[in-house]
Amino acid sequence: MKPLLTYTLRQGDRALILAQRLLETITHAPEIEEDMALSNLALDLIGQARALYTYVAEIEGDIDGAVRDENHYAYCREQHEFQNPLLVEQPNGDFAQIIVRQFLHDAYAFPYWRVMQHSTDETLAAIAAKSVKETAYHLRHSRSWLVRLGDGTDESHRRAQAAVDQMWRYTGELFETDEVEQALVSASIAFDPDELRNTWLHTVAGTLTEATLEMPDDVVMQNGGRSGRHSESFSRLIGELQVLARAHPGATW
Amino acid sequence: MTVAASLGDLVRDIEDPELPHVTIGDLGIVRSVTIHGATATVLLTPTYTGCPATEQIREDVADAVRSAGLEPDVRLVISPAWSTDWITERGHQRLLAAGIAPPPPADEPGVTFVDPPVACPRCSSRRTRLISHFGGTACKATYVCNACSEPFEFFKAL
Ligand SMILES: [Zn+2]
Repeated sequence: MKPLLTYTLRQGDRALILAQRLLETITHAPEIEEDMALSNLALDLIGQARALYTYVAEIEGDIDGAVRDENHYAYCREQHEFQNPLLVEQPNGDFAQIIVRQFLHDAYAFPYWRVMQHSTDETLAAIAAKSVKETAYHLRHSRSWLVRLGDGTDESHRRAQAAVDQMWRYTGELFETDEVEQALVSASIAFDPDELRNTWLHTVAGTLTEATLEMPDDVVMQNGGRSGRHSESFSRLIGELQVLARAHPGATW
Repeated sequence: MTVAASLGDLVRDIEDPELPHVTIGDLGIVRSVTIHGATATVLLTPTYTGCPATEQIREDVADAVRSAGLEPDVRLVISPAWSTDWITERGHQRLLAAGIAPPPPADEPGVTFVDPPVACPRCSSRRTRLISHFGGTACKATYVCNACSEPFEFFKAL
């Protein structure tokens, strides 16, 4: 049960933290349509996080008998307890950075959910069947923006390339495997991340070419998200996420 | 008509809070309505996982059940995942009447990155172009018609 708990929690954290970053951009997007798009992406991700955390609460309750709900995992954990990949917590920066972070994530999340529909875990398979449809639109969106920026003006090209160079170092962690993941792969609850990496690389390479952008090579990959080692700006993100719940525990609308 | 059937009609007639004049029956999100003793159990399938309308719909359904003198037990089921293919023919007509282009049949998600041709709900021209993959809600994209110059929303296939 413990590996399933940790694994599901990591996926929930990935969705929640990216949603929180996207929510910071509301009213700051370059055009109103994009403001709506980014907030809709965030809503989908929050929906996915809620489903995953609700399942985590169920698994953890089966282990220790305690009653928790989805909110516990979002609002009542310390920052080192979050196990999201570092990519999704990267600060927003300019619009190119927002789009590149999103694209590198979506190119992972879409094939991830597609394969997870075949998980032997019924709940994860059901969440995957729902999420894959939403994520297909996320990928379409971030992919078309990346092509537009890369193959746009000199300035948008320069910024898009800088964002790719900046974010690339956080992509290796998406495909890392450890004993938690291996336990689930052998039970066909999760799937081989190497295969996922090939699919991801295919999408990313094709899109970068279309966007006239270079794929970085020789980059030292950063990790640590899974062990709760986050970047400095992460503490401010968590602070903002949890401020209301900490100031008024148990508050409702 | 049985009590469950008439309650089913009452529930399916509830309007979606974000799609005026389109009922939750038209959207195909009401999975079942069953009555055991004094309790009516209603199973609903959310359209999108994060759709803010879901909570409102839940409350509206609970109110409808109470108005029929029963105790509501409203549950969300995510499997099988909702598809726009479940929207009824009447739902398509009502979307069109509200100026929203109805969805084409849903394919396997993401097999193509080509955006589908969409006919303008006002003038039926197919000379339209995509403005944004998202609209006022996650379920819609924003288009503009090159023929009549009107912007409109398109209910995306899911
Ligand atoms: Zn028109």
